[in-house]
Amino acid sequence: MTSPTTWRRALAGAAAITTAALVLAGCTGTAGDQTIADKAPTELEGTVSFWHFFADREADVIQSVIDDFEAANPKVTVDVHSGQDDEKLQKAISAGTTVDLGMSYSTDIVGSFCNSGAFRDLGPYIDRDKVDLGQFTDTVKSYTEFDGVRCSMPVLTDVYALYYNEDLLNAAGFTEPPKTLSELEEMGLALTTYNDDGSIKTLGFNPLMGYYENSAAHLGPLASAQWLNDDGTSAVGSSDGWNELMEWQKAYVDEIGLDKLQAFTAGLGQEFSADNAFQTGQVALNLDGEYRTAFIDDQTPDLKYGTAPFPVVDSQPDLYGAGYITGNIAGISKGSKNPELAWALLKYLTTDTDAVVKLANGLKNVPSTHDALASPDLEVTPQFQVFLDIAANANTETTPPSPSGAGYQQSFGDYWDKYQQGQGGDLADGLKGVDKEINDALELVSGP
Amino acid sequence: MLAPALLGLAIFFVYPLIASVYYSFTRFDLVSDPEFIGFRNYEYLFTKDPKVATAALNTLWFVLIMVPVKLLFAFFVANLLVRSRRGNGVWRTLYYLPALVPPVASVVAFVFLFNPGTGPVNTILKALGIHGPLWFNDPNLSKPTLLLLSIWVMGDVMIILLAGLLDVPRELYEAAGLDGANAAQKLRYVTLPTITPVLVFSLVTGIIAALQFFTEAAVASTVASGKAVVGEGTGSQLGYPNNSLLTYTQWLYVRGFGNYQLGYASALAVILFIVAAAFLVVLLRRVKAFTPEEATA
Repeated sequence: MTSPTTWRRALAGAAAITTAALVLAGCTGTAGDQTIADKAPTELEGTVSFWHFFADREADVIQSVIDDFEAANPKVTVDVHSGQDDEKLQKAISAGTTVDLGMSYSTDIVGSFCNSGAFRDLGPYIDRDKVDLGQFTDTVKSYTEFDGVRCSMPVLTDVYALYYNEDLLNAAGFTEPPKTLSELEEMGLALTTYNDDGSIKTLGFNPLMGYYENSAAHLGPLASAQWLNDDGTSAVGSSDGWNELMEWQKAYVDEIGLDKLQAFTAGLGQEFSADNAFQTGQVALNLDGEYRTAFIDDQTPDLKYGTAPFPVVDSQPDLYGAGYITGNIAGISKGSKNPELAWALLKYLTTDTDAVVKLANGLKNVPSTHDALASPDLEVTPQFQVFLDIAANANTETTPPSPSGAGYQQSFGDYWDKYQQGQGGDLADGLKGVDKEINDALELVSGP
Repeated sequence: MLAPALLGLAIFFVYPLIASVYYSFTRFDLVSDPEFIGFRNYEYLFTKDPKVATAALNTLWFVLIMVPVKLLFAFFVANLLVRSRRGNGVWRTLYYLPALVPPVASVVAFVFLFNPGTGPVNTILKALGIHGPLWFNDPNLSKPTLLLLSIWVMGDVMIILLAGLLDVPRELYEAAGLDGANAAQKLRYVTLPTITPVLVFSLVTGIIAALQFFTEAAVASTVASGKAVVGEGTGSQLGYPNNSLLTYTQWLYVRGFGNYQLGYASALAVILFIVAAAFLVVLLRRVKAFTPEEATA
């Protein structure tokens, strides 16, 4: 039989564990000192930890610019952690791991990181050092801040356009790329060839959502389709552009056949390998970012290809020339032990024209500052010039920051995936359902 | 004597459990302080989450289909190996070997084998005049294809059942034979009651593993989608095709680490804990009822 003393001890032990657990549960990564010095230090000294997502050849490009920074600041050591994706970055910051400067591949985390404070408010540093934000375009400025808090700076931009295989187009009698989605479909179907058993041999254009860079985010600006209202709620169900895009895409998939497209797509090489379907000639027309020019130079230099703005919806031909823009962003982590050094490195990577141009040339990304865009040192091929033009187009758009991160894009992407499989039901009702999903998720993250 | 064990239990079980329950009542993004929001995470989970039902049903499929099928195959193979008279070591090694292959490698190999465009399976089917299906790329076939993989790697369960079968006293079979029992009756009245503890162990560990099923489905989705993960993290690829491979724990991971909603992910974890506990309680009670000694006690 258990004695009362034993029970009391057990209860006391349980209470102690519970209390300790709740106290520990309330402990999160410690916030660093948010006050800054009146003046930027005249000489930089110490070690700064820099986390980024690049790997292989691209990591070498980043390292070359870091080497320049260290050479200019001999008492500074940059501790570089490459290959760190957003999830690892978030975990490292929350765990209090020494992350001074973090870089993300996408603008999707800006809303979340600004909102949560994972990245510090850069306003005080920008004001103190009189950094001219006018050197960035309005779109770039918009995707690096959230709710009035600038917690990140743009590190180059990515722009999306149409790649076309000149040999394949010429062989089929086409002399210029398509400008509307109808023209794209007509050309894509004409360029598609089949095996004797009816399966696809080569594809003109792959309309499947989820294939390589085919996504709602990258197509939206081609129909001026909107994601969010000013109050952060979903605009998907009320923006006509989505209807037009989705109906066109579904009809195109049905024209070829979903099963055939899925079987063909499953047999294609990985996107960032030399077996990329556009580089192997298996697909003649592809939606892709400007960085593909570097991969082609590196992996398939003999490929004869051209680039052009991606075709737009037939109802809005004036949009031709615009596209989707996003970019890498970087910010100083909440728990940074050396924020002054982190800021110095961030400022160098994002505003020093030589550094930005060197990064842009190495990564074949579009520079994010006006001075770098105008620099004579920027290597611009005819194919790359198209991306610079799209970046400068007034109708070029990005995906807006949200406290739910990319959650709203995932909700819509899931529905579009169902829709292309013929399981989406009535489109208008489906998009209203997406609105509800996005708004419910938003309320959970930031509701009262 | 027990202090180190209790300390480990407190640190690695009690604390995470209590912390999860606490976080499940908060809005918590890992970085800023948790904010108490009452039952809103649970309300969202049961009434608004667009994917939790899909993820739960997929997980249930693995529990109800994959676990029993894998157990049956393992039991079948173990029975064959018990009867084998020659080359026991070779056969046991051959059947056990796939279980030693790392899960990621085995899934990648299976996705390659079953690639609908270039994989050897469809190539062979095509040579036979059969139009091969999309396998991992078909929402209706992705789970059954993964089931084939789980059968291929059933060596871990098979080896436990084999040990159990080898422990069944031979004289029980001889006695049953003298009483006129046929093979099915020997299985029903001698083999199964004797190896019940081994079967229950395999079933319980199988169910727990299925409730936490993650790696194989995640790798299959990522590889079969053919889409590169650049910097967004693995969470962005889970569920392909059409959420048919999205399991409950994957959804928990996506919400927690992809969408930075640790409070909500904790609510999902608490529900999973309750469901797993309920599963095991019901299972163990049923098994007790079927065990002759317990039933007549």
